[in-house]
Amino acid sequence: MIALSLVIWLPLAVSLLAALLPGQWSGRVAAAGSLVTLGFAVSLLFGFDTHVGGLQDVTDKVWIGELGTHYKIGVDGLNLALVLLAALLFAAAFVAAAMREWERPSTFFVWLGLAQSAVFGALLAQDLLLFVAFFDLMLIPFYFLTGGWGGPNRVAATTKLVIYTLVGSLLMLAAAIATGVLAEPSGGHLSFVLSDLRALGLSKGSQEWIFLCFAAAFLVKMPAFPLHAWMPDGYRAMPLPVLAVFSGVLSKVGAYGFLRIVLPLFPQASAHYQTLMLLIALASILYGSVMAFTQTDMRLIVGYSSVAQLGFITLGIFALRPAGAQGAVLQMVNHGLVTAALFFIIGVIAARAGSEDIREMGGIAFRAPVLAALFLIVALATLAMPGSSNFVGEFLILLGAFQAKIVIAIVAFTGVVLASVYALRAFIRAMHNRLGESVESHEIGLRDVVVIAPLVLVILAIALDPQVALIRGQRTVTASISAAQAIVNPPSAAAGVPITTGTPASPGTVSPPAGAAQQLPQRNGGSGPSSSAGSSSGGSGP
Amino acid sequence: MNALLAVAQIKGPHLDWAGLSPLIALLGGAVTVLLLGLLRNRLVRRICVPLLTMLVLAAAAGLSIWRWHHAATLVSGALRVDDLSLLLGLVAIAAAAACVLLSLRAAAPAVAGEGEYHALLLSTVSGMVVLLAAQNFVTLFLGFELLSIPLYVLCGSELRRRGSLESGLKYLIVGSVGSATLLYGLALIYGATGSTDFSGVAAALSSGSLASDPLLLTGVALTAAGLCFKCSVAPFHQWTPDVYQGAPTPITAFQAVATKAAAFGIFLRLFDGALINAQPSWGPILAALAAITIIVGNVGALGQSSLKRMLAYSSVAQAGYMLGGVLVSTRLGLQATVFYLAIYLFMNMAAFAVIVARERETGEGDDIAGMVGLGSSRPLLAWPMTLAMLSLAGIPATAGFIGKVYLIDALVDGGYAWLAVVLVVGSMISLAYYLRVVAAMWMRPSAGVAGARPIMAGGSAEAPTATRLSGLEVSVVAALFGAATLVFGIVPSPLLSLARDAGKALTGIF
Repeated sequence: MIALSLVIWLPLAVSLLAALLPGQWSGRVAAAGSLVTLGFAVSLLFGFDTHVGGLQDVTDKVWIGELGTHYKIGVDGLNLALVLLAALLFAAAFVAAAMREWERPSTFFVWLGLAQSAVFGALLAQDLLLFVAFFDLMLIPFYFLTGGWGGPNRVAATTKLVIYTLVGSLLMLAAAIATGVLAEPSGGHLSFVLSDLRALGLSKGSQEWIFLCFAAAFLVKMPAFPLHAWMPDGYRAMPLPVLAVFSGVLSKVGAYGFLRIVLPLFPQASAHYQTLMLLIALASILYGSVMAFTQTDMRLIVGYSSVAQLGFITLGIFALRPAGAQGAVLQMVNHGLVTAALFFIIGVIAARAGSEDIREMGGIAFRAPVLAALFLIVALATLAMPGSSNFVGEFLILLGAFQAKIVIAIVAFTGVVLASVYALRAFIRAMHNRLGESVESHEIGLRDVVVIAPLVLVILAIALDPQVALIRGQRTVTASISAAQAIVNPPSAAAGVPITTGTPASPGTVSPPAGAAQQLPQRNGGSGPSSSAGSSSGGSGP
Repeated sequence: MNALLAVAQIKGPHLDWAGLSPLIALLGGAVTVLLLGLLRNRLVRRICVPLLTMLVLAAAAGLSIWRWHHAATLVSGALRVDDLSLLLGLVAIAAAAACVLLSLRAAAPAVAGEGEYHALLLSTVSGMVVLLAAQNFVTLFLGFELLSIPLYVLCGSELRRRGSLESGLKYLIVGSVGSATLLYGLALIYGATGSTDFSGVAAALSSGSLASDPLLLTGVALTAAGLCFKCSVAPFHQWTPDVYQGAPTPITAFQAVATKAAAFGIFLRLFDGALINAQPSWGPILAALAAITIIVGNVGALGQSSLKRMLAYSSVAQAGYMLGGVLVSTRLGLQATVFYLAIYLFMNMAAFAVIVARERETGEGDDIAGMVGLGSSRPLLAWPMTLAMLSLAGIPATAGFIGKVYLIDALVDGGYAWLAVVLVVGSMISLAYYLRVVAAMWMRPSAGVAGARPIMAGGSAEAPTATRLSGLEVSVVAALFGAATLVFGIVPSPLLSLARDAGKALTGIF
């Protein structure tokens, strides 16, 4: 079994080594290194024991004794899928970047390697301060990548990006330290290890302000509706391979933070602010969708659609129901795959149309059927076509939302409809219609196929069997929301009206969400421990 | 008569030569360097004087390390050499050593005379060592003045540059006001408590009846104001930008780091030691000052295009952060402050070394324009500067992050969570100006070429010499301190355990 530390630090180490090589080679070596990392990540998947509930492959060493901070990393059902996603998208980005010419290539790949290491670190960290450190560190390489190799207006865009996200992150830093200090038992010693913090618990009053600080950091990163103002400039300025990982992976780390940190550590505050978070999610869905079909810049269409999709993910998480949370995790993976693929496709299309504006595209499909087919698959996945994994994800999310707040769920449904509007609009305007003026359509090249086709294949594979992503996460995801769920939906009510078991049964018969139907028995099994955990915390509540 | 003399000899204070040895090395070194500087031979002055100064500093550092864990009260309780004074003394010594290296090819020592320049530097350091070890008001003031007076001269040591003279004069006037305020405050505390010893003051305060005595409180307020002048805590900070900008850059670097270490050292000793029982009275006031300082410093830095002015305002803000560690009056706060002072050495020295290099290489002075395109033209200078800026901003994987985490930890633990939030808000503002420097170095290469060209074209014959002028030693200082910033950001434990040892020095706090 390989140590997780190797997975975290390998990308940085390889890119530092590659920096010593001359120009072209540094990219190739870094790309090869990212493929090796991907291999390690896949071996994690196969080494993962589905029957064990808690963390696996744990490394736990004291990092800063004075501050009670440990270098504790571990993999469980919650972060396994995201680690795989990150490894895959970074590998794609490295390969795509290695086939292009960059100024100062070695520095470029060092930053990209650092980005990957930091993302892995944030996903695998099991210590609050370690998580915050990696979470903040994640941003720095993107700051340099955007500012040094970006498009027009890059310095202003990257500065805006950093200030927005670090404002959230620094609030989170203060809140994280407060969590550790306030939870410190008198006479005990300070500890930031998540499992310790979870056992200690905080008073409801402290939870509430701490929750808001964490939420600010995660919502900015996603980005969610009122905090997304850095997104348009940032997305326009980033180089495409960088943007693909940024949009595909980094936004998920924000959503992941809710599941890993916020819901388990601050259950009472999560329940308290549930409606607020659901409304933010709803606003993101509607605003993102509407903006996505009014934009003409392809990057912004995808960018705003991400706002909407992450709204769905937030909706699923804060439904505080197992179905919603599992749907959210599945949707994180789906959305990461789809956005990254879209951004790579945008690069290919833009090379043919000479612009990233859909008004200047059109007719590309006639001479490039393979490209059109790839794009179509991704576009259909984006709009959550039944049969796609995105459909299963959104279905589960809405299922959770219906159980929680039916009005919000009904309004959120319009987001699903709007998604088909903007996804199809973008596809038709780019690929069909009359041939654009400066469009020179030709088939997709081998270099681009190498990057895009694997992503599309993975999208298809997950569509056939969403269980792959779901089954390993069930137990952990259910456990991470159980405390908050118990407050919103006291276990006595859950036992009296078996909502979790009753409702999914009827849509399960509707058949398309094969994943949802298959996982039913398992979820029932999973809800056992959750309700018992709920009853214990419910008992201590009053 | 003879009998009386004999009695006097016997009653003379016992001298612990070992404990005093770092101080003796510095003072003796200062005299020797001054005399060596009188030699006519230019070669001797140019090479031997800095070399001897470095040797003296190395000896002082070695003796300090030798005295580690040998806490001792010296000279009838006037001085106390313990891990706190030794650690901060080492910070000052390291800053002085870096200053000597940065001054090797600078104008100031050549103009002011090598011997005088380096002797003044050594006497400032010895003043700091005295101040850090002070155990009563007399030695405190003695150290304070021994620190200040040579520094006034050093700021004005570039005799032919108006800015330098102006800086020296301003520092002299403001510094004298600060010293007078401090002296007045110390006198009032003596009046209220009847003792000049820290232990006597602490004993008088522990009875409890004195804590709300107006005489004492006035004294504490004036003392705090006097020390705030030295630490450049707002609203006593106005001199900082002007003095920092005008002084020769190596001296600016030295005083930014070392003066802060010494002034905060005595702040800790006096307020968290002698005056700790009055903490409920002065704690909230210092907290308000810290909050104002953080905001004023960070907002002030935003509009600066001169890097030295920017770093001056940034040092004001950082003083606010560190004041937070002082005012909570806990062991954690003490350790956090000491740790921050130590890493402050690394990040500031790295930044100032790069500024020194760019001042010599470009015609831009210390303007931010001199940094444009540094990432592609001089990566070995750009990396230390980048690390320094990111560390000052508190980005993870740099020492500044750990320092801030530690300070926030101390603040929340001490019941000043609101000040921790102010600190965080201050850090957010600071991102704007620190990242501007980073952006100039890495993200404006085209402008850099255009900006650098006139200088190259104007003096293409001079350009290579200009590059050579910046010197290897400057790059070495920058790289060394930049690397330390990174290393202690990833593996902070060694430095943290030193800070913990230093934290044990004060016994009255929890």
